[in-house]
Amino acid sequence: MADRDQPRIVGTPFRRVDGVAKVTGRTRFADDLAFPRMVHLKLVRSHVPHANIKEIDTSAAERIDGVIHFVRGEDMPNTFGILPVSQDEHALAFEKVRFVGDAVLGVVALTEDAAEEATRAVKVDYEELDTIGSVEEALVTSTDKIHEYGDEGNIHKKVSMEFGDVESGFDDADLVLEDTIFYEGNTHLAMEQHAAVAVPEGDGKITVWSATQTPHYVHRALAKVLELPAAHIRVIACPNGGGFGGKSDPFNHEIVAAKAALQIGRPVKICLTREEVFYCHRGRHPVTMHVKTGFKKDGAIVSQHLKTALDGGAFGSYGVASTYYTGALQTVTYKVPRYRFDGLRAFTNKPPCGPKRGHGTPQPRFALEVHLDKAAHALGMDPADIRLNHLQPKNSVTANWLKIGSMGLEECLQKVIDGSGWRQRYGKLPEGHGLGIACSSYLCGAGLPIYWNHMPHTGVQIKLDRSGGVAVFCGEIEIGQGSDSVLAACVAEVLGIDLKDIRLCVGDTDLTPVDLGSYSSRVTLMMGNAALQAAERAKELIAEAVAERLQVPAGQLVFAERRVFDASDPERGMTFSEAVATAESKFGTLGTTGSYTPPRSPGRFRGAGVGPSPAYSYSACVIEVCVDRETGCYTVPKVWIAHDVGRSINPALVMGQVEGSIYKGLGEAMMAESALRRLPKKRSNALVHKFPSMLEYKSPTFLDMPEIVTYLVEDPDPNGPFGAKEVGQGPLLPVMPAVCNAIFDAVGVRIDQVPAHPQMILQALDDKARGGPGRYGPKRFPDVSWGEPLRVPTPDEGGDGKAINAEQVGVRGGTMKEDPEGVKS
Amino acid sequence: MDINLRVNGAQRSADVEPRTLLCHLLRDELDLTGTHVGCETSLCGACTVLVDGKAIKSCTRLAVQCDGQEVTTIEGLEKDGELHALQTAFREKHGLQCGYCTTGMIMTAVEVIERGWAKDDPGVRHALEGNLCRCTGYQNIVDAVLTAAERVSS
Repeated sequence: MADRDQPRIVGTPFRRVDGVAKVTGRTRFADDLAFPRMVHLKLVRSHVPHANIKEIDTSAAERIDGVIHFVRGEDMPNTFGILPVSQDEHALAFEKVRFVGDAVLGVVALTEDAAEEATRAVKVDYEELDTIGSVEEALVTSTDKIHEYGDEGNIHKKVSMEFGDVESGFDDADLVLEDTIFYEGNTHLAMEQHAAVAVPEGDGKITVWSATQTPHYVHRALAKVLELPAAHIRVIACPNGGGFGGKSDPFNHEIVAAKAALQIGRPVKICLTREEVFYCHRGRHPVTMHVKTGFKKDGAIVSQHLKTALDGGAFGSYGVASTYYTGALQTVTYKVPRYRFDGLRAFTNKPPCGPKRGHGTPQPRFALEVHLDKAAHALGMDPADIRLNHLQPKNSVTANWLKIGSMGLEECLQKVIDGSGWRQRYGKLPEGHGLGIACSSYLCGAGLPIYWNHMPHTGVQIKLDRSGGVAVFCGEIEIGQGSDSVLAACVAEVLGIDLKDIRLCVGDTDLTPVDLGSYSSRVTLMMGNAALQAAERAKELIAEAVAERLQVPAGQLVFAERRVFDASDPERGMTFSEAVATAESKFGTLGTTGSYTPPRSPGRFRGAGVGPSPAYSYSACVIEVCVDRETGCYTVPKVWIAHDVGRSINPALVMGQVEGSIYKGLGEAMMAESALRRLPKKRSNALVHKFPSMLEYKSPTFLDMPEIVTYLVEDPDPNGPFGAKEVGQGPLLPVMPAVCNAIFDAVGVRIDQVPAHPQMILQALDDKARGGPGRYGPKRFPDVSWGEPLRVPTPDEGGDGKAINAEQVGVRGGTMKEDPEGVKS
Repeated sequence: MDINLRVNGAQRSADVEPRTLLCHLLRDELDLTGTHVGCETSLCGACTVLVDGKAIKSCTRLAVQCDGQEVTTIEGLEKDGELHALQTAFREKHGLQCGYCTTGMIMTAVEVIERGWAKDDPGVRHALEGNLCRCTGYQNIVDAVLTAAERVSS
């Protein structure tokens, strides 16, 4: 393993393997594809938020020159959805619509313009239903249900679980603090709009090219809705022009394009407009939270109770997982010995929410970190110390049964405390200037797959031949995060060849082994491990053949600089291609595979499936703000962030992910919001986007970005490839609370919601001037009857990871179910 | 309507509708798909190309307006198989992630450098403000443009 100890590629800022294609415009995004006889699809979308469909009249549309075909919902009665428990979407609604933007008809024409024109000529007769616009409305509306399933009424999912006796913990506390906090929804705003092209094959099969982060799940959805064997459908994920979670669901437009292609026997393309992307959404859930924590005088948490209420929008999407995620990761940063979590997700007549960078965790992280800041002040402590002194230890198990491996948060905190001059500057800056601190953690891939089974989460195949070229096949998808580069680097490192010697074939359900997709920060850790396994196996074969040829022990051979040679006599060796030829002569055609399945987590209760991960990344962040008391306007001049990435496969790419996370986080803290408003009753009472356009939806520009000082903390994790952990999502999380904590340091008011707008600061300042608490934020958490929580004794209490009252609580709704295809007997 | 224009140095003619946008002419008729459409509203700059040397957003420029003009797209930047200094610098400095905004970013930067606006960090930021990137946080793009500007001038 001499190579692995001193890697030549891993750990260096090598150039991305897709760089040349991207700077020359040669990368083929989905909308760049064209095929002979290709026609264009557009979707007719509902302009009312909740209604039964009475009639769809296409007579005027049929007369438009170039219109050749209509796709109807009745032709695709099977439902689909990302999670097996919420298969609640139709490719085209044919009974009722559930939000403004719901698709009801597909129009196919020879040109995109004709298809577009025809969508406007289609007349749909709706019988309007009452609408639900908020969690509060959903809680009190049991009629006019948006869906016929869910835990109760219009509540999609309700969970309640308690780890240890939380109430008795509050009795033992020196300080009990309660906060109600709101996090507005927002959207991914990837630069590339969703697009797909479906191409019918001569033998009745079909290929669908799509801008998707999850070709595997698109594949499943297509098979189900088209009622075709999965083996007759090929999904190819094009490089995504940004994903951020927005292309993680299977989408109706992909299915309708495929259906149309099969119906008319021609390639069918659809590219959504920017406005339609806002309707597809699947963005950050708006979440109202209540957090109650008991602290000891030294800041130690003795007990915590978190309640979350998610506004889910019109479909399930990842919502069941999102709900659990608002509670799951609160325990992995600081010691929380007793913990209760109550969460619910409501259906509302709005674009469906789903996973966005951080999936369900930025909202409660915001609440927790702002809450801790307040606790530090109430206890007379430095906000840095309340964190630093009570970190969850490495190699431990949390109260909610998450297994922590490496944990570099202490070093992260020290880096940003020192770098920002926190000890000298916090609380001492001139009026209007302030510093805020916050931490976070994130998964390196979900420990359980969406369809529970015992198959690998990812696979890599390697094909080698006498040319010396190495072809690497994997279902992963490059969405900008650098997964292609990580895959190539892992293989090239082990085999001692150059990145350029590797040909990648990725994201193709026909040609590549399944990888579950580019979500949950899973790719580097999982794919990386699979790639290492496949490459090590290839290396072993080659070494055996070369050892025999050179009469050198196999263990003494080094793979480096495109050669295989004797470590004790480097002249004694051969080129890599000669080595492969030697192995091919000995073994025949060469190919190896590798796969990865995460270790089993210790939790054995219902809901334990969300939260476990092979490893957790950690981040600490200090942010400086300048607030103008007169206007409430504020700027962020500087950010210090430290991220525990385990080990960088490529530090330049890691830094890029950290900086990109800060960018996204500042957007969420300061301006990004998917706010919807109601039209007047006489105009349908619809819930419509305030901003279905980039002109209005705010996003930071070059001029908005501050100086960022990034520290990478490298504490290799035994579960990561070369020790690597995730970086794509975790560093976003501390940004929002650090901004609001800094606003408090600057002007002494609390903004308990994001985005934090200037008028909120002005109102809080006004409130303080009148003798109030100086706070802007939600007043109350919705009234919810949670019922008996699932009680799970903690590891400290000698629990075994199982609930003690599972039978009494019963099975309420579903979580995720076994996929019988792959379950071991 | 018949129009004649030079695209990446070659004379091209096309029969377009009055409503055809330059970005659609380039992408759909001339197969120059390196020009991307992001917002459709002149906001994000992914569709930026040079028209008579000026960086413009091709999603809000009619093709007929370009009759008789010289259009340069990302595909026209390489010379004799050599990448443009900006292309090299974006690659070296990791000024890209998903790559969707990259081509428009580079086309804007071509004009920025030629006009001598890429003198320092604030200058580059000001000049590129009309181009949006949702991946990088911009710092590496600024570094790439400054690096390319230095190489071009020396």
